[in-house]
Amino acid sequence: MNDGASTIVVGWTPDEFGEVALHRGVEEARLRAGRVVVVNATRGDALVDDRYADEEQLARLTSELSASGVEVDVRRSMGADVADQVLAVAEEVSADLVVIGLRRRSPVGKLLMGSVAQRILLGADCAVLAVKPPAQA
Amino acid sequence: MENLGLLMDGFGAVLTPENLLYAVIGVLLGTFVGVLPGIGPAMAVALLLPVTYGLEPISAFIMFAGIYYGGMYGGSTTAILLNTPGESASVMTALEGNRMARAGRAAQALATAAIGSFVAGTIGTLLVVFFAPALASVAVEIGAPSYFALMVLAMVMVTSVLGGSPLRGFIALFLGLTIGLVGLDLNTGQSRLSFDQPLLADRIDVVVVAVGIFALGEALWVAAHLRRSPAHVIPVGRPWMSRSDLKRSWGPWLRGTAYGFPFGALPAGGAEIPTFLSYITEKRIAARKGRDEFGEGAIEGVAGPEAANNASAAGTFVPLLALGLPVTATSAVMLAALQGYGIEPGPGLMTDQPELVWALLASLLIGNVLLLVLNLPLAPVWAKLLRIPRPQLYAGILFFAALGAYAANLQAFDLFLLLLLGLLGLMMRRFALPVLPLILGVILGPLMEFRLREAMAISGGDVSALWSEPLAVVIYVVVSIAVVAPFAVRRLRPTPAALAADANLTTEDTHAEEKVR
Repeated sequence: MNDGASTIVVGWTPDEFGEVALHRGVEEARLRAGRVVVVNATRGDALVDDRYADEEQLARLTSELSASGVEVDVRRSMGADVADQVLAVAEEVSADLVVIGLRRRSPVGKLLMGSVAQRILLGADCAVLAVKPPAQA
Repeated sequence: MENLGLLMDGFGAVLTPENLLYAVIGVLLGTFVGVLPGIGPAMAVALLLPVTYGLEPISAFIMFAGIYYGGMYGGSTTAILLNTPGESASVMTALEGNRMARAGRAAQALATAAIGSFVAGTIGTLLVVFFAPALASVAVEIGAPSYFALMVLAMVMVTSVLGGSPLRGFIALFLGLTIGLVGLDLNTGQSRLSFDQPLLADRIDVVVVAVGIFALGEALWVAAHLRRSPAHVIPVGRPWMSRSDLKRSWGPWLRGTAYGFPFGALPAGGAEIPTFLSYITEKRIAARKGRDEFGEGAIEGVAGPEAANNASAAGTFVPLLALGLPVTATSAVMLAALQGYGIEPGPGLMTDQPELVWALLASLLIGNVLLLVLNLPLAPVWAKLLRIPRPQLYAGILFFAALGAYAANLQAFDLFLLLLLGLLGLMMRRFALPVLPLILGVILGPLMEFRLREAMAISGGDVSALWSEPLAVVIYVVVSIAVVAPFAVRRLRPTPAALAADANLTTEDTHAEEKVR
């Protein structure tokens, strides 16, 4: 742990999953008097990726975060594997906790689609907290 | 009218279940490739060339016609929803269309583009029905010198008038002419540029050139720029438009058609100029009416250029069918397909192959209707295509490219050529050389040589025979104007590209994503 404060990495996407993960991450940061590093990553190999924030969403994110009063750092990155990018940031800031939003998925869906969340869970050196949006959402 | 009777016969040929199926496949495939920037109808037709050797010519051309028009439709969808004009012809559509979409009027923008395309395509095709036979009956009288001059005209127009840089255009054109020279000289049996390779003496198959430049070149280029910041697509439901939108659209549709058709029908080709003119005109008219919404998403700015774009696409069938002169990449590849069937393109086409020509024209009209029926409800589905990851998409394209190049002659050597031409395609994209002049050079070059030889044989080798006909002289005057005019015009007026840059359009890597029709 660097200088006693804990660092929380949030895997963020501009949707409901990113939102719950972010809220929880900020909450945890308040509890531990730590800081939050928000990661928004994309594979960047399609023309359209809704999970990569545009300027407007990014602006909304930073204004929300500055209102929360927690120390925040927003990172955006592009690379072959979204999970690897989140893990790389977690390692770089020697994170104490990674918070991710999790999708509900049937076993078959899991088999077919693969999962960024799964790879983060398996690959992270620190604790990983997976949160889900409310069922009705 | 005799022409209408022949057109009815054409409908009779197309309206069989089998041919209708090919029409549907064509428009779906065309829209598919049109929506995705970087790949276009020319590539789709090139990839399908070997497949169609097993098809009747009529069925194949019905499919190609669908792909051609479908590509136009698809391009406008991407331009409006993503602000990424898939082709230079959609730049003007993207300008106002994307602003409309951002203002929550995506459905109306798509609707006016689709219906405008339908109106312009239908009127344009009907004009082809009336003009092409008349032109062809005049054209059969044209002598070899004038015909040669016409081909020079088509090449010079496409090379210097379209596209940003005449120098780059001419480099591409001469590359194409050179590729077209490889192989045995058909008159004397000498081998040219074949480097003592018996396989090269056989000439390079047009399929291999087209697939290599369009498909492999694009795939390599995309592989070199695999990861790029993704954009957001503006969500849209089923396109629709209100009565007032319709009232504001029909004028621009008709004016756009009037601009587009002549530009397509003259062997000048290209939709850049008419779409630009249409945009400017609509802006001026709107300003005069005091209802200038240009800059905030004016429906007139989508309706006019989209109609001009499609009317020009229809117009290009006039030189293709009446003279055997293609002015777009897609029609050049279609001409190659004709040759593949052993059909001689040229003024005689309309009298030698009336069933084919009239079925093609009828299928253009039917394709237009199909597109309207398919595109209005399917727009949200097409938008989803933009999420396809490039590796998967281009892996599929490469598979078909290799299959097509191999199937053309069943020679492994062609795959080697394919790779070389693919690298050439990559280099052309890297240095922003336009692809259209090259493909035109490859396909028109040998035909042009044939006419030149014919003229020389008649005159006994006297070069002055080339300008012995008045028509040829007139054409050469036009050619010289065409070479000089762009320089003059560029000094007086901003180019469409400059205008687009002013409007902060995301034309990042336009040369890469520029799709050749």
